[in-house]
Amino acid sequence: MKTWVYIDHFKGEAVPSSWEAIGVGKTLSPVTALVFGSNVEGIVKSSFEFGADEVFVVDDAALADFRAETFASTLSALAMAAAPDLILLPNTFRAREMAAMAAIDLNSGVLIDVTALEANVEQITATRPIYEGKLFEKTICSTKPQFITLRGRAFPRPSRQVGTSGPVSRASAKTHSLTIVEGYSAGETGVSINDAGIIVAGGRGVSNNPSMGLDEKATAKKGFELIGDLASLLGGAIGASRAAVDAGYIPYSHQVGQTGKVVSPDLYIAAGISGSIQHIVGIRTAKLVIAINKDSEAPIFTVARYGVVGDLFTFLPLITNAFKKKLGK
Amino acid sequence: MKIVVCIKQVPDSEAKVVAQNGQVSWGESPLVINPFDEYAVEAALQQKETQGGDVTAVCIGNDSARDALKHALAMGADNAILVFDPALAEIDSQGAARILAAAIQKVDSVDMVIFGRQTIDTATGLTTAQTARVLGWPMLALAGSIKVDGRKVVVERVIEEGKQTLSANMPVVLSVVQSIGEPRYPSFMGIRKASKANIPVWSLSDMGLQAPVAVVKRVELLNPPSRNVACEIINGSTPEEIADTLAEKILAEKVL
Repeated sequence: MKTWVYIDHFKGEAVPSSWEAIGVGKTLSPVTALVFGSNVEGIVKSSFEFGADEVFVVDDAALADFRAETFASTLSALAMAAAPDLILLPNTFRAREMAAMAAIDLNSGVLIDVTALEANVEQITATRPIYEGKLFEKTICSTKPQFITLRGRAFPRPSRQVGTSGPVSRASAKTHSLTIVEGYSAGETGVSINDAGIIVAGGRGVSNNPSMGLDEKATAKKGFELIGDLASLLGGAIGASRAAVDAGYIPYSHQVGQTGKVVSPDLYIAAGISGSIQHIVGIRTAKLVIAINKDSEAPIFTVARYGVVGDLFTFLPLITNAFKKKLGK
Repeated sequence: MKIVVCIKQVPDSEAKVVAQNGQVSWGESPLVINPFDEYAVEAALQQKETQGGDVTAVCIGNDSARDALKHALAMGADNAILVFDPALAEIDSQGAARILAAAIQKVDSVDMVIFGRQTIDTATGLTTAQTARVLGWPMLALAGSIKVDGRKVVVERVIEEGKQTLSANMPVVLSVVQSIGEPRYPSFMGIRKASKANIPVWSLSDMGLQAPVAVVKRVELLNPPSRNVACEIINGSTPEEIADTLAEKILAEKVL
């Protein structure tokens, strides 16, 4: 079996779930990591340190900006020449678009957002959530190479062996593209909910505090600041319910549930989130769920291990302080 | 400008979806237009309003999917086409993309194709990229805003790391995200018009296609393991005490 792992990166930073994909690949066969881009030597080095046995590098100024067209064409050409059985990718927008297009070129299939794999010599069976996580399906692909994108944090991340190195092969890029990248503006800094071990999330309740005498949006801004304080103290990411995103309190990249994201953190703290069915299925794979809500009847308490019935505006600063003391920060 | 919106019909997001005898069951819940596809229809109507032209909604599905198309018509789409063929019961994303590409070619002289960013049922999020690839047209995916200047289309692509500005010349394939604007409600007149609409049905042979062979297949459907957690409500005489107790409990779980 020949396994390739695509290492996704943006502006010189590898997406950490790429390393998880190397870990999965190594349970099946030696792993060839694919690193496409411009000036990517740092990512090549990290790929070895996270377990790649060899690296295929395509380093070309035309690949400085990700474009699904050029990256997919480059991948298809390599795969046609070397015929891998399996191409693993992290489940990012970029990797998904690239796998989608390359699968058309190679007349093969893509298994998306996979949370578990069973492999034997003949067949790989992939488990993935569907219907917003309300169900899971086991799927197979009858053609090769099969593309599988892996859900972030669904598989263990290999430990880094600093200084490890190995053979590097270089190939040329396919640079024909009909799209132009004209500019980029950075979003918020901070941890992405995909890769987060800890998520502190807010819902409708963040705008509900009449005593502050502020309008809805200003109240919600304050509420998310309190959520952000706790998240940053714990080194976690900020999440949000669909209600909070739809109300315009926070960008949708923070949305958990309703295809927003199904997340798998170790700790999920839901503040002012009542717990719609979509939200609850979105956090089903979280290890420990904590609910903070004024309404003791809120459905979120049915999936939480610990609950606090109370106002998030009062309680979040107190719990943040309590952690500060206990963690000595 | 000629715009095609590709939509799908899915069980309502509120539905309790379960696996029953190996099949997906959503009980009495209604089938609706995929919520993200409503944003695609909205984006198409916005473009029609500024650029002129017409909007055609295309849906692969069976007879019930007419309701999703009628929703698009009621919102303001000009035409609707149902792609139905008994051979399409089990298609994968690649098959869907090849069929949609053929339908778009049959609509003819299309300038812009718009998708929602993904469906809420199988949620592969592959169809936009795959349809663009089959057509050989540029893809501008995850657009939060769309500007048209002559034949040039400029979008702001919303990704995890921020916003990218991308451009390409028509014909283009787009997908849109929620920041494109809240989908409009169907108007009374729109609903009346949609209820009377005659929706043509295209079969595979109408588009000169053979039945696609699915390479991705479902072999098993599973209900998620039930999660029986008993919630312990933390009590205390003061909020400070409750916060202290909760912090202790979380630390004891060793998740930090």
